[in-house]
Amino acid sequence: MTAFVKPVVFLCLLAPLLWLGWQISIEVSSPTAALGADPGEAIVHFLGEWGIRVLLLAFAVSPLQKALKQRVIGRQRRMVGLFAFTYVALHLLAYLFFYIEFDWQALSADFVDRAFITAGIAGFVCLLPMAITSTAGWQRRLRRQWLRLHLLIYPAVALALIHLYWLTRDGFAEVIAYTFCFVVLLAYRWRRS
Amino acid sequence: MLIKKPDAIKPSEITSENAFVNRRNFIKSQMLLSGGIGLGFMSPGLQAALQPDDDLTPEEIVTSYNNFYEFGTAKSDPVQYAHEMTTDPWTVEVSGAANKTGRFAFEDVIKGLDVSERVYRFRCVEAWSMVVPWQGVALGDVLKQFEPKTSAKYVEFRTLVRPAEMRGQRGVFQSMDWPYVEGLRLDEAYHPLSIMATGVYGKELPNQNGAPWRLMVPWKYGFKSIKSIVSIRFTERQPRNSWNVLAPHEYGFYANVNPAVSHPRWSQASERRLPSSVFSPNRRPTLPFNGYADEVAGLYSGMDLAKFY
Repeated sequence: MTAFVKPVVFLCLLAPLLWLGWQISIEVSSPTAALGADPGEAIVHFLGEWGIRVLLLAFAVSPLQKALKQRVIGRQRRMVGLFAFTYVALHLLAYLFFYIEFDWQALSADFVDRAFITAGIAGFVCLLPMAITSTAGWQRRLRRQWLRLHLLIYPAVALALIHLYWLTRDGFAEVIAYTFCFVVLLAYRWRRS
Repeated sequence: MLIKKPDAIKPSEITSENAFVNRRNFIKSQMLLSGGIGLGFMSPGLQAALQPDDDLTPEEIVTSYNNFYEFGTAKSDPVQYAHEMTTDPWTVEVSGAANKTGRFAFEDVIKGLDVSERVYRFRCVEAWSMVVPWQGVALGDVLKQFEPKTSAKYVEFRTLVRPAEMRGQRGVFQSMDWPYVEGLRLDEAYHPLSIMATGVYGKELPNQNGAPWRLMVPWKYGFKSIKSIVSIRFTERQPRNSWNVLAPHEYGFYANVNPAVSHPRWSQASERRLPSSVFSPNRRPTLPFNGYADEVAGLYSGMDLAKFY
């Protein structure tokens, strides 16, 4: 029965990306029909939003496994984490394309001057080594270091939340909701350890 | 102790050098406009400010991509929820340093004023921009009928507060205080480019664009151009303005479009001209005073625009 869990989780996490692809394909044939007047901004925000959601989900895997005592949950950990990385990486890529236009001077100016960009890129840098070492081979090679490396999820989520908080102009409901999830999960992790 | 003597001539009575030099152009453009000139045949004076590639932003984008936090913080909220706002009857309260104050019906305030067509670039502080054909009345004409006193130096505007019809005003996690407040120096308000827009694309102003009337000051960031105005107050001191109250280091009182002064969280050097596409952000350089420097820079001569952002 648990064999179905992985494909179902896979499809659920893939669904937003498929939806975005569908919207973009509509945009290609009839501009502004699907994503509005500023499709670039819509794409960047959509990917960022799902990045933070899936990142929180990845952070929730261990607590959920312990709370529900279902080992099948823990077996989704790597896939959920890689999906989080995918959304965040695509978010960064979309930002580089639509906002920076791959102008590296503009990127370095943004990185230095805009604290929310600094936080966002720092968060991505935290995710990068976890994504690279996600294979069984790396896990074997690094042994206990591999577990320590994955403590990077804490600063990664925190930086993502700071990134969102710093870029919000007003309307803080979202960032408050995500932060609440993070704090609850943190509290649960600390209580258990 | 220093005792300030009142100036012999009130600053508000002095015609700016720019206006004096350009008075003939101004008169000419006003005559052309009042002649009812449509899109495409703009008066030379106003056409000059448009760039050759300033294509009109399609109507459905102008009326569906809006910042109007009274209806929610998403760009798509106003078009979805603004129809809940009643705009008829509409009362405007005039107060402060003017001879004619009180409550007026909106129709009476704009009755008899010349409506003209103005195609303006519109630059949001969020670094996107549009080109919009407004219909409206000169703000100076609106204000002068209330006979501001010579002590009046500024004018303050307020947006409707009606949480029952404006769901953003019922939002729990929004930190903005209602009503939304904006202000101008009186000489800015009297500038011929400043209008009260009552229509867009030849139709009555839709609610999401600030019905029944909204300010339109094309050389300033969009948040200055306050919507659905119910109060006009003439003041001697600089009024507060909502975004400045919320984040003083990010939004100033003047808010003149200025590519040289970055918003602390993003650059203002360029803008995304809407509609953009999935292939290109349609980015272009932002112009000082949004391209209206020839007309308005004189209003700020001698001012440090990095300090008075």
